[in-house]
Amino acid sequence: MKKRFNVLLLAAILVLSFALSACSSSSSDNKSTEATKGTEATKSTEAPKPADKLIKVGVVNNPPSESGYREANVKDMEAVFSKDNGYELKTAYSLKNDEQLQAAQGFITDGVEYLLISAAETTGWDEVLKKAKEAGIKVYLFDRMIDVSEDLYEAAVVSDMAKEGDTAVQWLLDQKLDEYNVIHIQGAMGSDAQIGRTGALDKQFESGKMNKVVQQTATWDEAEAKKIVETVINSGKDFNVIYAENDGMAKGAVAALDEAGIKHGVGEKVIVMGFDCNKWALRELLAQKWNYDGQCSPFQAQIISDIIQGKKTVTDKKIINEEKGFDAKTLTQADIDTYGLGE
Amino acid sequence: MSKKAAKKGFTAGLGQLTIPLVAIAILVIFNLIRDPSFFSIEIKHNIDGNSVLAGNLITVINGASELAILAMGMTLVTAACGGQDISVGAAAAIAGSVFVKVLKSGASINAGTVILAFLLACIVAMIFGAFNGTLVAVFNIQPMIATLILYTCGRSIAYWINGGATPTVDSGIVKAIGGFIPGVPIPTPVIIVVVMAIIFKLLFHFTSLELLTQSVGINGSAARLNGINPTFIKLLSFIILGVCVSVAGCIGVGRLGLINHETLLLDVEMDTILAVAIGGNNLGGGKFKILGSIIGAYVIQTLTITLYAMNVSSTDVKAYKAIVIILLVVIGSPVVKKKFEKFMAGRASKKAASEAKGA
Repeated sequence: MKKRFNVLLLAAILVLSFALSACSSSSSDNKSTEATKGTEATKSTEAPKPADKLIKVGVVNNPPSESGYREANVKDMEAVFSKDNGYELKTAYSLKNDEQLQAAQGFITDGVEYLLISAAETTGWDEVLKKAKEAGIKVYLFDRMIDVSEDLYEAAVVSDMAKEGDTAVQWLLDQKLDEYNVIHIQGAMGSDAQIGRTGALDKQFESGKMNKVVQQTATWDEAEAKKIVETVINSGKDFNVIYAENDGMAKGAVAALDEAGIKHGVGEKVIVMGFDCNKWALRELLAQKWNYDGQCSPFQAQIISDIIQGKKTVTDKKIINEEKGFDAKTLTQADIDTYGLGE
Repeated sequence: MSKKAAKKGFTAGLGQLTIPLVAIAILVIFNLIRDPSFFSIEIKHNIDGNSVLAGNLITVINGASELAILAMGMTLVTAACGGQDISVGAAAAIAGSVFVKVLKSGASINAGTVILAFLLACIVAMIFGAFNGTLVAVFNIQPMIATLILYTCGRSIAYWINGGATPTVDSGIVKAIGGFIPGVPIPTPVIIVVVMAIIFKLLFHFTSLELLTQSVGINGSAARLNGINPTFIKLLSFIILGVCVSVAGCIGVGRLGLINHETLLLDVEMDTILAVAIGGNNLGGGKFKILGSIIGAYVIQTLTITLYAMNVSSTDVKAYKAIVIILLVVIGSPVVKKKFEKFMAGRASKKAASEAKGA
């Protein structure tokens, strides 16, 4: 009897949770449509002059919770496509391709003028983009490419991960060390960032310009990176460069150096290199404890805005976003405020 | 007769610990042959000028701390519920995030705020433990399925607490939790493991928790008929695991002074369950030995560090780890154990027979 009651209770909870989740998703939908309605209403009341007409932009993106990169990316979009800059921005965030497709569909029916997409998956976008073209909506891709024919979009502003690695390795070569003994800590194997950042360094290992002391993946895990560096220190092998494929792992590596009393940073024995340009990492650079931080730039909004406003013309549809790399010797507080991610 | 029984009890007790002890011995011997300097311990001066112990052995013992602490709690859950909690990594991320959140919300970080932050992290982790425990104990859901919920959403919850990115904490006290207390050459996490182990020992000594947990694990209905409340014992085991989770989470934060909700104790749940299994505990519940799980944790860590020291290519590490673990688990399985016992018994009887003949 009691068991049956428990089963019933469980079923009730399941149903309730489904209902709640359905509710929450639909309520958020409502919210977004309400919000857009709200902006439309305010627009109609406060924009009697046609000169003040806002450019309607729909952005389909991944949610800011995905990563520090995405958080900065979303904030940048919101800052550039603001009302003050003459835009009316509608946003939809999802990690799922089908939800993104629905959102894009919704923006097309809403009658946006420009559609900006960072797709969750590279496939399945043909239909929607064709519809957008029929409706006269101009499509821009940012951050990620989509597998469609080039005439379905105006331009794609993307990062070149390989170039990012090359920039960092070129910086390292410019340091003109007598010897390069590198501890290479990799990210999750197979991710875009890992492949790009590893590729450039691998070329140097192959050509013999740099010596590989160790090359291990810490799967973006700070603590694992620390263990790897500790093991190298324990083995007594000599090294003078730490090339970590993100800031967190560089911090883990530095923790191991600190514990062993090995000096690092500008003018010291070990050069520390990280990626991502988190604000806290850039502060380490400013304190001269690290030497270099590379960034896969999340700032594509200004380029797209410039194209929309006719300030920039598109010659090649694939626009490679300029990658930044910061040297501790030249970094300023202003750079941290503008380009740093997070807090 | 009684002497014989005592002897049998002794060998049976050691029986559970045989596999992990042999495994660790083999790893040690392997490393000694490979590189005798593997186990050298040096005293180094760290950046703050403190003298600290360093060496691969220290890296292993220090690095396994979180795993060992989680394995203690997991053993209890396994014994009581006959299943495992796969959400410990996610829950540790939540506890760590709460820890950092509290530390960052105060004006300055001192011993008081660190203790407060730890207690709050503990309470939050215990609440999540109680949530898992309720699903398992009250609703009789398979532990792995029940904890799958928190496993899936835990790191998102951790994200909400600090709003993304990777907040950093710059404080000497927090650093000391994950590193070294000034003047003490032994890594703090190792000290914490010892303290936790002593607490468990005292808990089992002064309460009948061990006996109650075993009886619930072996047969819940029989336990109930004997006046034990299985629901309460199961719930309690999850809450105790919650405490372990928050301790592990706070150590994880202390190691680097930063919380990354995505990578803090990533994939630790599987290593924890492995530690319990290597420790010779029955994953179906019942009798257990926490010491076995702790040794299991050090086996896993020794294996990992050995592979790093051998400079095994990063893509191959997991495969090698898997091979060793398959061997350990198969050798420790009841089927092999029974076969082995039979073989030994057969030999003994043969020997006895030949001796009898000789006489």
